[in-house]
Amino acid sequence: MSQVLFFIAAIGALVAAGAVVLLRNAFYSVLALVAHLVCLAVLFMLLRAEFVAAAQVVIYAGAVMVLYVFVVAYIGGSEEVTAGSGMLRIIGPLFALALAVELLIALLGSGLAGISGKGAVYHTGFGTPAHIGKLFLVNYLFPFEVASLLLLVAAVGAVVLARRHHGALDLSPELEALATEPRPEFTGTTAEGVGVRRVYRQLEAASERVTRISESGGVLEPDDAGESTGATVPAAAGVSAGAVTSPSQDAAAGTHDAEGER
Amino acid sequence: MSIGWYLAVSAIIFGIGTAGVLTRRNPLIILMCLELMLNAGNLALVAFSRMYGNEAGQIFALIVIVVAACEVTVGLGLLVAISRRKLPIDVDKLRELNG
Repeated sequence: MSQVLFFIAAIGALVAAGAVVLLRNAFYSVLALVAHLVCLAVLFMLLRAEFVAAAQVVIYAGAVMVLYVFVVAYIGGSEEVTAGSGMLRIIGPLFALALAVELLIALLGSGLAGISGKGAVYHTGFGTPAHIGKLFLVNYLFPFEVASLLLLVAAVGAVVLARRHHGALDLSPELEALATEPRPEFTGTTAEGVGVRRVYRQLEAASERVTRISESGGVLEPDDAGESTGATVPAAAGVSAGAVTSPSQDAAAGTHDAEGER
Repeated sequence: MSIGWYLAVSAIIFGIGTAGVLTRRNPLIILMCLELMLNAGNLALVAFSRMYGNEAGQIFALIVIVVAACEVTVGLGLLVAISRRKLPIDVDKLRELNG
């Protein structure tokens, strides 16, 4: 059973690797690479490296390949621009073939006793997450920490490399005009998010109403009372009560309150 | 299956990756072929780890996965910067390092 699985996975991995190199469309190459990585995960499972297989599928076939797909979509499936210089086109594959043969000779002809065997005696728990985690946190703590630092540096580096260098001004003329145009008050700020703008408008409306009431001689109009909503009702009522006694001062106070909310 | 089979597969995948790096001109494909080569190394590491019954090889393979992820992140960031500057996506034409 394991032999059948090995041959299926190995042939799948080799065919998918060939497809990555040979396919002309970058998107199909990415898909072939995903298939290759899944086949390799099966090989890892056969070698009893459960955690490495899981990490392979989750990190590579999951996260990294999604990154590839997004970049292919961003760049656009650009076809091969040049055919490459003539010499390299012939010598490249030959060199690769020579390298593969050399590696095969070096690995299989090394005379190591274990190469023709099926591996060391299997102990329960070999390659499980528990064992790997213990090794990482006990024996190999320093490489583990360095790897986390490396990931941080790579993330920062990617952001620095891929950002726009001149802010939003690197755009087409109409977008640039839109970007430089002064935006309405409070838009795109935290104040808008928490609703300060709405409260400000309500206060403004309230102070306007106070001015109108004081001008009309202190008569509260019914539709104005219906308009006022929620939190502004007590404030507006208080202000209008004061407005009957001293109109001009309280209108000024209402405006001042609104300014304070800003 | 004996360990030798796994090592043979690993060597062949490494050769395929090398061929891709040498012949393709699209940096995206070249990055993917580098992934192939790193994965071939991973397979050999895990196979040797099984051969000796020692999990250190698997730790090494995991660290290689992390380094490959970093390399891909930076490489794809470079690629996005290249395409944003409307430069050709072709390693033969990207010869100068001036920005």
